[in-house]
Amino acid sequence: MMEVFSVLTPGGYTTVQDEGRYGYQQMGIPVSGVLDAFAFHCANLLVANPKNSAAMEITVMGPRLEILSQADLAVTGAEIGMTLNGQPIETWTSFSVKPGDILDIQQVKSGCRAYLASNGGIDVPQVMGSRSTYVGASIGGYHGRLLKAGDVIKCGPGKRLTDMRKMPSDMIPSYPPEVVIRAIPGPQDDFFKEGLEVIFQSDFMVSTKADRMGYRLQGPEVKIRKGMPKSIISEPTLPGGVQIPADEQPIILMVEQTVGGYTKIVTVISVDLPRVAQATPGDTIRFERVSLETAHALYQGQQKKLQDLEGKLSEN
Amino acid sequence: MQNGLFEKTRFRTAGDRGLLVEYGEVIDPAVNNRVRSMAIVMEDKPPMGVTEIIPTYRSLLIIYDPTMTHPAELQKMLKKLEARLGDIKIPPPRTVDIPVCYGGDFGPDIDTVAATNQLTVAEVIKLHCEPGYLIYMVGFTPGFPFLGGLSEKLHTPRLETPRTLVPEGSVGIANNQTGIYPVASPGGWQLIGRTPVKLFAPGRKNPFLYQAGDRIKFKPISAEEYTRLVEKEAE
Repeated sequence: MMEVFSVLTPGGYTTVQDEGRYGYQQMGIPVSGVLDAFAFHCANLLVANPKNSAAMEITVMGPRLEILSQADLAVTGAEIGMTLNGQPIETWTSFSVKPGDILDIQQVKSGCRAYLASNGGIDVPQVMGSRSTYVGASIGGYHGRLLKAGDVIKCGPGKRLTDMRKMPSDMIPSYPPEVVIRAIPGPQDDFFKEGLEVIFQSDFMVSTKADRMGYRLQGPEVKIRKGMPKSIISEPTLPGGVQIPADEQPIILMVEQTVGGYTKIVTVISVDLPRVAQATPGDTIRFERVSLETAHALYQGQQKKLQDLEGKLSEN
Repeated sequence: MQNGLFEKTRFRTAGDRGLLVEYGEVIDPAVNNRVRSMAIVMEDKPPMGVTEIIPTYRSLLIIYDPTMTHPAELQKMLKKLEARLGDIKIPPPRTVDIPVCYGGDFGPDIDTVAATNQLTVAEVIKLHCEPGYLIYMVGFTPGFPFLGGLSEKLHTPRLETPRTLVPEGSVGIANNQTGIYPVASPGGWQLIGRTPVKLFAPGRKNPFLYQAGDRIKFKPISAEEYTRLVEKEAE
């Protein structure tokens, strides 16, 4: 284990995350983990890490870091300005650093979240099977909290790259301010009638209440059918569930939720969750209806794409 | 329909990785017992591609890996399991004793609960300790138990203004519910006491003391006993 980063300034909301903490939702522990799994996996592949190695999740404003050891790094996700010792460097490309370097990750230009991976992965203790930070219960990550100035971050032993890796440009997602998010009706679509038309035919704006718990949207009212109860017996929630609370304004639930007593009219498909995570307040979201079969095919397609990418990147 | 159980189990699609399995639409021990039995049977031998099984009041949420299984497969498997449920021995639920120091600084709202229900504080404590409360579900915060079985004589509305911070271990009442806060959080429940026992300890071999389907019984303890148990927990 090596000390790799000294945090000079922490940025907007920077945490250590991996794929998440599975198996404990029935005990009230949310899955946590990265919001944009695709960008996170790519960051790890760019530094030849196993896909689930812990990385920093950066939100809107990046940290300023002093480098303490030689390492290979990559930043993916949101389009974000970045300099190494004052010289601009690119995202979605690996680069090596040495002690004394200053890495300054600035503000996002498009998108919301970026991922910084280091070879060997960020080394923090596993808590209940994961290194993900859950700030709500102060567990996981770096002492269960956001990074702050003065923190020293270690990384595990990892192979150094012989050649720098670059993401093929046609595979780099763009994060426009208007996005189409694909979703499957349910689990409580039978509570709605016109509401389903409204959800699939309207523009919704991302409100300022958009975080790791959920994205509150603003738009036309999504009404529950006459005669149906406004709430249900509390049940578990999944990331992507679109909840309709009493004010009839949808909330896309994210990774820090475990139970809820409101109906979920539709559920965002897995491959489109990163697009939600990259949306910022003021952006427009439109939902597009897809079938379960389509969602599964898209998911399998993306898994294959990541596998192919791994093969392609390790050739050089 | 008997005991609130559906004659036919209902399946709902919860996105491309979730299958929601409903056994009834009421809060009922018989429905919850079906949920518990199915969860135990499945966890004993997890079906291929199932990553997580979450029991709730009246349903199971099954999380699966779509590259390894399909909800139609899972439904078939679940129907078979249900048919065999009568032949499978399910371990009886455990009862977990939770010591509680009632009133004083630990339970600042116990007088409100007593006054609302025209009881003495001693009667409130006695009534609260009597039942073995069924844990219908755990969630909301780590280890927070949703309990059934609070005496009607203790029903008390929530605080008009929620507290910004309820201390860890607080025991409270909100309308027809009683519960414990395993971690400090904001909350609007009427606080009647506090337990010195750590209900959620992430570093402990078993981070939790109970699970859905178990029962909780509250045991009244003195302030001295509370202090002694806090010291024991710290060891």
